[in-house]
Amino acid sequence: MYVAVKGGEKAIRNAHRLLAKERRGDPGIAEVSVPQIDGQLSLAVDRVMTEGSLYDRTLAALAIKQARGDLIEAIFLVRAYRTTLPRFGGSEPIKTSEMVIRRRISATFKDVPGGQLLGPTFDYTHRLIDFSLAAESDCPIADLAPSPDNAAVPTIASILDREGLVETEVDSDPTAVPGDVTSGALDFPTGRDVRLQTLARGDEGFLLALGYSTQRGYARNHAFAGEIRVGTVAVEMFVEELGFAVPIGEITVTEVQMVNQFKGSSTVPPQFTRGYGLSFGHCERKTMSMALVDRALRGRELGEDHVGAPAQDEEFVLSHCDNVQATGFVEHLKLPHYVDFQSELELVRKMRREAAARAGAQEAAE
Amino acid sequence: MSTAAEAPKYDPAYNFAFLDEQTKRMIRRAILKAIAIPGYQVPFASREMPMPYGWGTGGMQVTAAILGPEDRLKVIDQGADDTTNAVSIRNFFRRTAGVETTERTADATIIQTRHRIPELPLREDQILVYQVPIPEPLRFLEPRETETRTLHALKEYGLMHVKLYEDIAIHGHIATTYAYPVQVSGRYITDPSPTPKFDNPKMNHMPALQLFGAGREKRIYAIPPYTEVASLDFEDHPFTIQAWDRPCDICGAEDTFLDEMVTDDQGGRMFICSDSDHCERRRTAGHTGPMTRDAAE
Repeated sequence: MYVAVKGGEKAIRNAHRLLAKERRGDPGIAEVSVPQIDGQLSLAVDRVMTEGSLYDRTLAALAIKQARGDLIEAIFLVRAYRTTLPRFGGSEPIKTSEMVIRRRISATFKDVPGGQLLGPTFDYTHRLIDFSLAAESDCPIADLAPSPDNAAVPTIASILDREGLVETEVDSDPTAVPGDVTSGALDFPTGRDVRLQTLARGDEGFLLALGYSTQRGYARNHAFAGEIRVGTVAVEMFVEELGFAVPIGEITVTEVQMVNQFKGSSTVPPQFTRGYGLSFGHCERKTMSMALVDRALRGRELGEDHVGAPAQDEEFVLSHCDNVQATGFVEHLKLPHYVDFQSELELVRKMRREAAARAGAQEAAE
Repeated sequence: MSTAAEAPKYDPAYNFAFLDEQTKRMIRRAILKAIAIPGYQVPFASREMPMPYGWGTGGMQVTAAILGPEDRLKVIDQGADDTTNAVSIRNFFRRTAGVETTERTADATIIQTRHRIPELPLREDQILVYQVPIPEPLRFLEPRETETRTLHALKEYGLMHVKLYEDIAIHGHIATTYAYPVQVSGRYITDPSPTPKFDNPKMNHMPALQLFGAGREKRIYAIPPYTEVASLDFEDHPFTIQAWDRPCDICGAEDTFLDEMVTDDQGGRMFICSDSDHCERRRTAGHTGPMTRDAAE
């Protein structure tokens, strides 16, 4: 029976073989390919790229395949790979105002310059299972309107900004290099750069619940979806030898600008405040949640009372939003803990013996 | 062991011990700072490892940063070399660093551990690397990092003493049996990682360097060789360690930490050394326990 705990090495190897077999599924059915995942499960790929902090569709699709569709596991694979990559430098800030737009909506105005562009959205679909998809489907055809000239699509924030109705976003220090949460430990209280980075990598479900909680009165901040835009932007990098920035590629991003509860003071007239969300690919739920939580976390900066709501609590939110950290620590409970358990057993037995002795002594005395 | 033949081969496609040299330098700087301020938790830029957080990523990064090609590595979990996660970590370093590994405590130059300190006293030429889940001993009394850092800075440890006092008032005992807080060199209260308090006395004036890595929490701390490590207690409730009223069933040791194994559903139990190497050495040296004696008869 002592032998039973031995042989861990062989057990692990066999478990991994079985895992590989299970991943493949029924060999009589064609294997799913990486381009299929990239093309047909593209929103899963977008989420893995966003929370994995690495823009690489093929790699994210491969990770999803390897993880058998477990997206947190896929995010973990991408993160672990990302750590090994050399860093060449940082890009210039992307200009979302110059985005080639696929989708752009505003909930604050009926019509806006550049118009409302629905793009590919689940909104307004009836959530009825489409049984025709169970068979091989034909290639759906959709005619695309030409993407609007981005000069004709000013951001909603800039429209409000012109009138001074929304707080102006200013670089606190244009020369400062933004923090990098992947190359340092979080140090509380954090700046908004570090907060937004952490939220961008944060778990969609966790942020969704927190954002939802602000709507239900836990640090309510009266949000309006000022603008949601999805499209491609150029990534530029400053090249020392050339003396100017050159485009190195383009990426799809989703950006959300929430317009929130106004505030004013004796010196500043009332104006709306902002919450911000940004992701790789098309991650609307994530970016909206992120914007709600970003705004809630700005409470201190905006002089709001801390009402003890979870979404307002910087340490609580930032320390727990990372799903790779969270899943690791929760799942580590699977590891053996029998030494600690033995220690507790020993104490509980001792205390029970003492309690029994006390009860016995009391009985004898009566 | 019999499994050595099937061990993974060194894969030179990885940088030695997986981490890039710059990262290792960063970790070494944190380690040096930690040694200079015994028991103080040094923040470091913990990397994402190809193993999950909570599974020893901190200890692995420390090991990777101090490992050299000449080292002999031992990895234990719950005191044993053959527990699954210890096997996995040992294989990781065999594959990425190609270093020699051993199960013999006496032969190892670096020992990475989870939840135990080996029974055999360690030497000056050895380093003990602990895997740490929650490096902050005050965390369960005060969840906020901003608060606990201030408490450490002010050496304000009343909270911890009140907790231990309340334990005695309620239970008659200090109800902490593992991760029992220690004070290092009279200054910082430090978490010994979730080792049983049985192991705490071994930390005091240990000739070996003790390094602690917490990957998810991004902290490294250290106890230099021959440093005073005191387990917190009260004059009228002195610190005591666990004791068993029976020896190891296999090697007969009476001074080791014993694991309890359930042998049937009728209340059958056997107790054996949690330190598998120690038990093995004793058996090889001819020691027997109640169960091995029964078998021989």
